[in-house]
Amino acid sequence: MTTVKTKLDRRSFIRSSALAGGGLLLTFSWLAPACTTDSPKQLTMPDEWYELNGFLKIGNNGAVTIMSPNPEIGQNVKTSMPMIVADELDIDWKFVMVEQAPLNTDIFTRQLAGGSQSIRQGWNGLRMAGATARRMLREAAAHEWKVPVDEITTEAGVLYHTGSGKEAGYGEMASAAAELTVPEEVELKDIKDFTIIGTSRKNVDGPKIVTGKPLFGLDYKAEGMVIAMIEHPPAFGMKLKSFDATEAKAMPGIIDVFAIKTYNDDYEWQWSDVTSFTELVAVVGKSTWEVMNAKLMLNVEWEPIADDNAQGVPVGKENTTDHYKKMEEAAANSSRERRRDGNPEEAFKNAAKVIERTYTAPFQAHNPMEPMNFFADVKDDFAQLAGPTQTPEFMENTVAARLGLPLEKVDVQMTRMGGGFGRRLYGHFMVEAAVISQKVKAPVKLIYSREDDMSYGIYRPAYHALYRAALDADNNLIGFHVRMGGIPDSPLHANRFPAGSVDNYLAESFSVDTNISTGAFRAPGSNFNAVAEQSFLDEVAEAAGKDPIQFRLDLLKRAQENPVGSNNDYDAARYAGVLEQVREKSGWDTNSEGKSRGVAAYFCHNSYVANVVDIANKDGEPVIEKVYASVDCGIVVNPDAAVNMTEGSIVDGIGHAMYSGLTFSEGQPEQNNFDMYRLIRHGEAPKEIEVHFVENNIDPTGLGEPPYPPVMGALANALYKANGERYYHQPFVKNSIG
Amino acid sequence: MAVFNLNINGKQHEVDVDPSTPMLWVLRDHLDLVGTKFGCGIAQCGACTILVNGLATRSCITFVDSVGDKEITTIEGLSENGDHPLQKAWIEEDVPQCGYCQSGQIMNAAGLLNANPSPSDEEIEMAMHGNICRCGTYTRIKKAIKAAANS
Ligand code: FES
Ligand code: FES
Repeated sequence: MTTVKTKLDRRSFIRSSALAGGGLLLTFSWLAPACTTDSPKQLTMPDEWYELNGFLKIGNNGAVTIMSPNPEIGQNVKTSMPMIVADELDIDWKFVMVEQAPLNTDIFTRQLAGGSQSIRQGWNGLRMAGATARRMLREAAAHEWKVPVDEITTEAGVLYHTGSGKEAGYGEMASAAAELTVPEEVELKDIKDFTIIGTSRKNVDGPKIVTGKPLFGLDYKAEGMVIAMIEHPPAFGMKLKSFDATEAKAMPGIIDVFAIKTYNDDYEWQWSDVTSFTELVAVVGKSTWEVMNAKLMLNVEWEPIADDNAQGVPVGKENTTDHYKKMEEAAANSSRERRRDGNPEEAFKNAAKVIERTYTAPFQAHNPMEPMNFFADVKDDFAQLAGPTQTPEFMENTVAARLGLPLEKVDVQMTRMGGGFGRRLYGHFMVEAAVISQKVKAPVKLIYSREDDMSYGIYRPAYHALYRAALDADNNLIGFHVRMGGIPDSPLHANRFPAGSVDNYLAESFSVDTNISTGAFRAPGSNFNAVAEQSFLDEVAEAAGKDPIQFRLDLLKRAQENPVGSNNDYDAARYAGVLEQVREKSGWDTNSEGKSRGVAAYFCHNSYVANVVDIANKDGEPVIEKVYASVDCGIVVNPDAAVNMTEGSIVDGIGHAMYSGLTFSEGQPEQNNFDMYRLIRHGEAPKEIEVHFVENNIDPTGLGEPPYPPVMGALANALYKANGERYYHQPFVKNSIG
Repeated sequence: MAVFNLNINGKQHEVDVDPSTPMLWVLRDHLDLVGTKFGCGIAQCGACTILVNGLATRSCITFVDSVGDKEITTIEGLSENGDHPLQKAWIEEDVPQCGYCQSGQIMNAAGLLNANPSPSDEEIEMAMHGNICRCGTYTRIKKAIKAAANS
């Protein structure tokens, strides 16, 4: 039993939100019954709710509402976070309703979707919230029955006192419990006593999704709401010069056309702000189609940006061909040392064999299926916003600063997000919606077309890496050198494997400036490192005449038993664990005959994943027959959902490695919709995916990102087995559309 | 502007819109049927799929004046209680991640099963080619379609 200090006090009561309770909402309901298999009608609404702390309230009939604090982006936290609370509360899942919490930093910490951290960082707080409420219910029962609290047990929402034979449902004690002082310390369950964590529970929004209920930002509607779209410069490095809105304004249904500035002149940008297109033309009208048509009638003049801005963003219109040249030059001329062990130069000089390879990857657009959008209703003294954002807290600051309102006068509601993959960390569209609403004095829903979305991206940076390995005459890896950079930053993680496993090691990084906006994209940096490094290690193993799994395991053994250096930021035993598991589950040693298989393993966002990919040749085309995954993310909260997340990451990783890339000509993205930008489709997904988890009692770590990078390396290695070609440049399939 | 009488989910609906308005926006903006999603606007992603006389159709390029009195079915009208075999299979397989593409996937699968009640894997892949799932739930979608076909 673990005892923890509670951090909940009376301040933690749910702030009732103007949006959730008020008349503004027409169609949205934030509540979802947790149990989707039994008829949800079993769950009747109570007459009275009692708030035990900010995370949960209990109805007089025993129904429980659990708040899901973090933004739901498809990673399924809206199911798994409440599961953690429910388990410590000791309630039957079928009595649970889940509600998306409003942004409220008094109660909830880190209401952010990013870095695969929701469960990892939410774990203790969520457990504590459930345990605190359970303790208060037990205290209320003890008081009522006049027995010591330690003698009160609970099971599935019922309080028991064995000695007297008394029992009562949580609902009966809820009102008394709500009057009690929040205990200063509570006991947490033993892991072996979990009844909900570790069992598969279905997506709480599933029934709404499959029946088309309003859930997403784009579905949001309010009384008197108008539609807005923006026109942004056609190319990076350009800005608004002038515009003539006469024709656009004359179009049917159009209310107004005007220019907006996203930031005040003296505003200090924070990391989640985007500065590429800060002046836009907004078109506001009654319906989406009318606004889309009016946008086509805009006459806008754009001009090149003349001066580097204060943040050092360069001027000029950039081209993809130059990008690769610039990275090569920077790699050769301006690399900076990030880690050095031993004497790498000497090792390479004495090597019997040196292997040297270069890898590249293009810019990529996030392309969540739901294009950027946001709702804003800005009044003189209060602003309400609702929509899809990964960073409500950061963006609330930006919006408040832009509108000149105190923070408490800005309310942000999080809708379910139609994907994000990092794109919605950067909420310029929230500011744009707010500024437009302020100008037209009406509730506004800002919508990006797919073209707007893809050409005003916060792209995955372009990357370049040089890898070198030195083998001695006995094929031991005696030196390793990586020089890795990107536009605008290097993806290098200098202290990750194989650092720590090679005596002579050198890691260097470089970067090239750009005016193209870039940002975090699912497993930032790792989404390139894993492909390059894991393909390279495959070649090194081959050159050394070693089995690629055994080769990695030997290095990891070294890192575990006698590590080189002291800053290695991975756990070699857990790393080896996933490789060993995938070796066993895929029958690597027994069942590889006649198969074209590749392996890879990677560690990022605190979790470990290894893959084996099997490729078959069908009429000369490679077909991905099967992918095996072994995952170590500690305790798995919701196993089937974790499998789903891993499967999706695998499909996503294969798709981006094979098909997706964004190119630029004169600063302009050359692809702006799915006819030009290729994403993986049904028939290209693996025919089968088999996911295994390493079982342990380690606190849960992330899963939204870790299964994404390694499969790309395993794919490249399997393709090599299938057709004898190595893949150094992404996307692997060139000119895939056109 | 012109008035159109549309047969949607078994009910008559009157809308007064520009004749070039795609059904996608008629449904979403004028009739509050927002289950039909906007993804690309150019028939490349399938998020906007509806049934027109039982045939899977991209509503983003289906203009309202081309519909006449054809029967339109949207995700909201696929079944009365959300218990169409595809919807049940989708819940059973717990298909969705973000969920945004899923109404389009289900409607496209409904069109497929109307035409071919027991499709092979290849036929499923071919029929579903136009429906992108950015979250990568393809393997589960296939399982769910097969489960629904067998039910
Ligand atoms: S929105 Fe119609 S196919 Fe994409
Ligand atoms: S579930 Fe997210 S796009 Fe399909």
